[in-house]
Amino acid sequence: MITKRIIPCLDVRDGRVVKGVNFQGLSDVSSPVELARYYSENGADELVFYDITASAEGRRLFTDILCEAARTVFIPLTVGGGINTVDDFDRVLKCGADKVSVNSGAIRDPSLVREAAKRYGDQCVVLSVDVKRVDGAFRVFARGGRDDTGMEAIGWIRRCVADGAGEVVVNSIDTDGVRGGFDHEMLAAVCDAVSVPVIASGGAGCAEDFVKLFRALPRVDAGLAASIFHFGEVRIRDLKQLLAKADIPVRLEGEYHHD
Amino acid sequence: MIAIVDYGVGNLFSLKSSLMAIGADGVVTADPEVLHSSDRILLPGVGAFGDAADKLRASGLAQVVVDEANAGKPVLGICLGMQMLFDRSFEYGEHAGLGLIPGEIRPIDEVIPAGYKIPHIGWNALDFGGKQSPLFRYIHDGDFVYFVHSYYAAKCDEHVIATAEYGAPLTAAVARDNVFGCQFHPEKSGTVGLNILKAFCEETR
Repeated sequence: MITKRIIPCLDVRDGRVVKGVNFQGLSDVSSPVELARYYSENGADELVFYDITASAEGRRLFTDILCEAARTVFIPLTVGGGINTVDDFDRVLKCGADKVSVNSGAIRDPSLVREAAKRYGDQCVVLSVDVKRVDGAFRVFARGGRDDTGMEAIGWIRRCVADGAGEVVVNSIDTDGVRGGFDHEMLAAVCDAVSVPVIASGGAGCAEDFVKLFRALPRVDAGLAASIFHFGEVRIRDLKQLLAKADIPVRLEGEYHHD
Repeated sequence: MIAIVDYGVGNLFSLKSSLMAIGADGVVTADPEVLHSSDRILLPGVGAFGDAADKLRASGLAQVVVDEANAGKPVLGICLGMQMLFDRSFEYGEHAGLGLIPGEIRPIDEVIPAGYKIPHIGWNALDFGGKQSPLFRYIHDGDFVYFVHSYYAAKCDEHVIATAEYGAPLTAAVARDNVFGCQFHPEKSGTVGLNILKAFCEETR
């Protein structure tokens, strides 16, 4: 049976992870490579590297770090942030990324998803979308959730999936940072609209929020979070055992899988 | 030395890195001589079958892989590389494969129930179905590996060494003598995947 995926997201600026605390056995908490290795050894099913660098120098650093991470971490890697052209896909795929996530870049250039899917395959293109309710409607926001594009979100997601986006990350601005749980209503609307995997993001405050998510919405394929993992509030191994106890299929590895 | 066949399809960075991680000497190559002098051959692949098969033939490497396999050299196909080991594929038309393993590649929507998402993407458990393959000597029945595919190997029951349950049992791995194939990505399947590659790297003709 296919398992529900748990995905930590690492925000990287100028080659360093932006937020995080010290885990046991981790000498440098802001090293993306060390943190990636830590997560991959502790039950993460996939990793997202999000480049929030603005400068060209920072971008080069990010690409170097990605290469280094891909040399030592053998689970799927998704890269997002600053992906505006097919050349950007090429740049990160060459460094060992498996999937590339597009957000504002797809809004600026609506042919990007189609062109990238044609060249690299649908499985490689992840649509990431920041959604917020405006007058009761789901609207797409750009530039890290700062700008209201005026576009209706469900239609936008449908269109990108038709163009070849192989997965959709739905980040609810309404629940992001509130830590009161994922945005079930928004996620249900997206699951109703598309048949590709849907990844929930924004709102996880504790391990139980993941149980509630997968119980309420069995069609959601994965849960993504950053701070609750980085600050050590939720350990992925514990989270997965909690999910397994709730009869939600997860990948358990190592000490508690084998006899 | 393990030759990773480079015929212009996909990204071989992770595969080469994963071999390095297990202390194996992987060489990305498009040189028939290197394939010939290698101890083992890895045939990777992503994308569409027809395009990849055309490129493999155009590179002249298809025949080299077949000859080396027939001479007894261990060959492991990964993902689309596994699919190309078969007789033919029905992905967008009909395309000939290398014919090293009898069977054909068909869309998974022919066998899985409605409501299952396509592609089959994510971590799924291997079911050995009572078979014991040397490829799996370091892993266990029920271990999880990472899949991304919309087509599967059919009519090859005799050579299936593992399946994955996705509304129907999908072919996850195959073996015929010295020729092996994994539908999943061992280079993206954590420790379990590395242990599968390690087992392959110990196969000898």
